[in-house]
Amino acid sequence: MNTGKQILALLKKDLLLERRQQHTLYGILLYIVSTIYVIYLTLDDPDAATWNAIFWITQLFICINAVAKSFLQEAKGRMLYYYTITSPIAFILSKLLYNAILMIAMSIINLMIYTAMLGNPTANFLSYSAIGILGGCGLGIIFTMLAAIASKALQQASLMAILGFPLILPQLMILVRLSKTALGEIFRNGIPLQMISLLLAFDILIIILSVILFPFLWKD
Amino acid sequence: MRFTWWKLLSIALLLYAVIGGLLLPVPELTQLGETIRNLYFHVCMWFAMMILFTISIIHSIKYLNNKRAVHDIKSKEYAAVGSYLGILGYATGAIWASYTWADPNNPAYASFGSIMREPKLIGAALALLVYGAYFILRNSITDIDQKARVSAVYNIFAYAMLFPTIWIIPRLLPSLHPGQEGNPALNFNDIDARMRIVFYPAVMGWSLLGVWIASLKIRLEILKEKKFSNE
Repeated sequence: MNTGKQILALLKKDLLLERRQQHTLYGILLYIVSTIYVIYLTLDDPDAATWNAIFWITQLFICINAVAKSFLQEAKGRMLYYYTITSPIAFILSKLLYNAILMIAMSIINLMIYTAMLGNPTANFLSYSAIGILGGCGLGIIFTMLAAIASKALQQASLMAILGFPLILPQLMILVRLSKTALGEIFRNGIPLQMISLLLAFDILIIILSVILFPFLWKD
Repeated sequence: MRFTWWKLLSIALLLYAVIGGLLLPVPELTQLGETIRNLYFHVCMWFAMMILFTISIIHSIKYLNNKRAVHDIKSKEYAAVGSYLGILGYATGAIWASYTWADPNNPAYASFGSIMREPKLIGAALALLVYGAYFILRNSITDIDQKARVSAVYNIFAYAMLFPTIWIIPRLLPSLHPGQEGNPALNFNDIDARMRIVFYPAVMGWSLLGVWIASLKIRLEILKEKKFSNE
């Protein structure tokens, strides 16, 4: 499958670049640590609801920073080069995959540092981390597509945030609700599963839309 | 003014909606009293807004298909008029709420906190924010073809994400709006027959008015483009 090989090659290129240059990784790591440290200094032993809310806010900001760095740093000539060697679908799928992997790693790091500094009021830590990682992935792929749209404009990073904020709100609300199951709140039977399938449906919708719409953005 | 049948129809329908809306009998609900007449304005404007946004996205899809600049102009103007109707809908909703939900003497009173958490308000704010972002995006790209292409892509993406959102959020939050077990104004059990005879014509009237305003803006824009390209 030619497209599959292209996707894997592009993904390998991105991961390799990341491992060699590493400034994205360390930059975001520093950002995570600074943000959580500020929160730690300002919040005095938060209760579960506040803890949950602030966690998702940090996830959101990490996602914006991580994805902005990955997409908006491509030089102009580089995009033309990619245009000649690969298909747009392979390109966007590899970007989505790369950002999903990046967000999984960042979510795990975020979770570890967050619980280390701000305590752990969760009843079921494993399910909370699973929700955190799933949420991070979902946020990552939506911001990838928005970064692709914003990369054509002038003030790119702030534009990405403006475009993104209304669109991630439903996902965030579902995620905050869902993480309450891990914090010990009891839900009716089947509701958490419904919410997870909603999230997955959202993610699939975004992927399909990206694959359909990215070829139009591709030609410069 | 070019006298077309649908412009005269829109005038007739809106006159009917305003006069009939204010004079014809309405069902008696103790919490709302006569303010229920606002339904013909507030809800109809939201519906008309949705219809105009749908026309906008159809033109965006057409633009991506055949790249004729007129489709880009049309999608932008329909989105603009739709946003304007959305702001009006928000304003009429706020006026309505000030007499019902925010008035402590009214049995339908709710605290300011619960009003702001009302899911339909959140959905409405999201819709307006999305189209606000659409206009900011358009302004931040200088090259005309790129502007048209990128804003068409964003229009389609945002619209496709917006509708599941508006469907999902009410199910996640408790609500003050009536008829939450389904789509309220389309729920046939919910809207009384006496209101329906004014409601549906009013929706058509507001939509046609929106189309009329958008068509004027489009004609103006096309004239401007022709003038610039002939200079």
